[in-house]
Amino acid sequence: MKKVFSKPEKGPVFRQQLFTEMDNLGVDSLGIVAIISVFMGAVVAMQTGYNTTSAWIPEYTVGFTTRESIILEFSNTIICLILAGKVGSRIASEIGTMRVTEQIDALEVMGINSASFLILPKIVAAMLIFPVLVIISMFLGILGGWFAAAWMNVVTVSAYYDGITLDLIPFEIFYSIVKTIAFSLIITSVSGFYGFNAYGGALEVGRASTKAVVMSSILIILFNLVITQLML
Amino acid sequence: MIETRNISKGFADKKVIKDISVIFERGKTNLIIGPSGSGKTVLMKCIVGLLDVDEGHILFDDRPFTEMSFNEKKVIRQEIGMMFQGGALFDSMNVEENVMFPLTLFTKKSLEEKRDRVNFCLKRVNLENVNKLYPAEISGGMKKRVAIARAIAMNPSYLFCDEPNSGLDPKTSILIDNLISEITQEYQMTTVINTHDMNSVIEIGDKIAFVYTGKLWWVGDKHQILDTDNAELNNFVYATELTRRLKK
Repeated sequence: MKKVFSKPEKGPVFRQQLFTEMDNLGVDSLGIVAIISVFMGAVVAMQTGYNTTSAWIPEYTVGFTTRESIILEFSNTIICLILAGKVGSRIASEIGTMRVTEQIDALEVMGINSASFLILPKIVAAMLIFPVLVIISMFLGILGGWFAAAWMNVVTVSAYYDGITLDLIPFEIFYSIVKTIAFSLIITSVSGFYGFNAYGGALEVGRASTKAVVMSSILIILFNLVITQLML
Repeated sequence: MIETRNISKGFADKKVIKDISVIFERGKTNLIIGPSGSGKTVLMKCIVGLLDVDEGHILFDDRPFTEMSFNEKKVIRQEIGMMFQGGALFDSMNVEENVMFPLTLFTKKSLEEKRDRVNFCLKRVNLENVNKLYPAEISGGMKKRVAIARAIAMNPSYLFCDEPNSGLDPKTSILIDNLISEITQEYQMTTVINTHDMNSVIEIGDKIAFVYTGKLWWVGDKHQILDTDNAELNNFVYATELTRRLKK
């Protein structure tokens, strides 16, 4: 870790790597994040509507519950678990393949701190771009609930709107962003570690990739509990 | 000149190289030969600093490499060019970007100057019009030549080649060997080549170190190797029917 967080070799090269990684890790994940968020938002709204049929429960509860579920848990934890699979396996297999094909040795021979050169831009890029993805996911998830309300008659659109605008606490968004930043650090550093320490051939790269996803997912769930306990 | 003094390296409780002392001379193609598993690659990795030695010293023109810190080693490493067995070209970069990579990181040259240097290096290894191709789009022989071009881009004082002609046909192997030999003499580099290819030994072996079971068994040149009475070396040199017939 000390080697990873050391000063980059050259500022302009690091900046270029950073933008490339933001594109690879973030922009490339936008499609899957959007699809999952819209459908999950719709399903949360439908399930909430199904479970709150009592006349004593106001209609806006569906919108309110959908918003809270999405902001507090779904958009950060579930999306980051999905990103652990998509991005984590990509990082571990990319760096692992570089290791077994001696590309990392080539960097070392040139006098480059390979751990920092390969992993640091990914960590910084993920910590910058994942919160953006999560904010987009929040918006799309709530929009998905809106579609469910409008087209599947879960509740009226106006009741849904009332629910999603009711007592919005900005701290919840801050809490969600903090969790996302912690999860992005976990995903990239764990995957980078397993990729960097992959030795052998294709089989070991595959194993490193699987281990990276499993370990990242476990740590995300664990830190989800710890951060929630600390912040809420 | 590179000198190793009594270097040893082991993994777990197995010693892979034992007490090797040898001098690799400037302006010569120095070959490390030996059968597979003899410790050649470990020896080369120790010399370039990819592995830390357990005992002994390595000196680059009398500079004690083994005693240096990471940052001190960096200075020497920038004087090293290395060609790996599989080329080790960066998959995500095209040929031009691969050769340009060390120049981008370690020099303040303009893009135009870097392009000129890249084209010069590629021309030197007889490659033209391949700048925009990716490693996956070129042949094994071309990959090796691109790797040499990248290795010489920084005008290194020391060139290391790990099995430069493994997996190549005999004609391309000779081309690569001759290219390395020419570059060595042209730029007066200290070149160290790891090989078990006897053609290379006969073609370009200015100085040859024979490593067997992790020990240095013999040092000589391409003329002496054919007349040696070292039994282990003879077993290696005359391992094939062709070389045995040639000897007769």
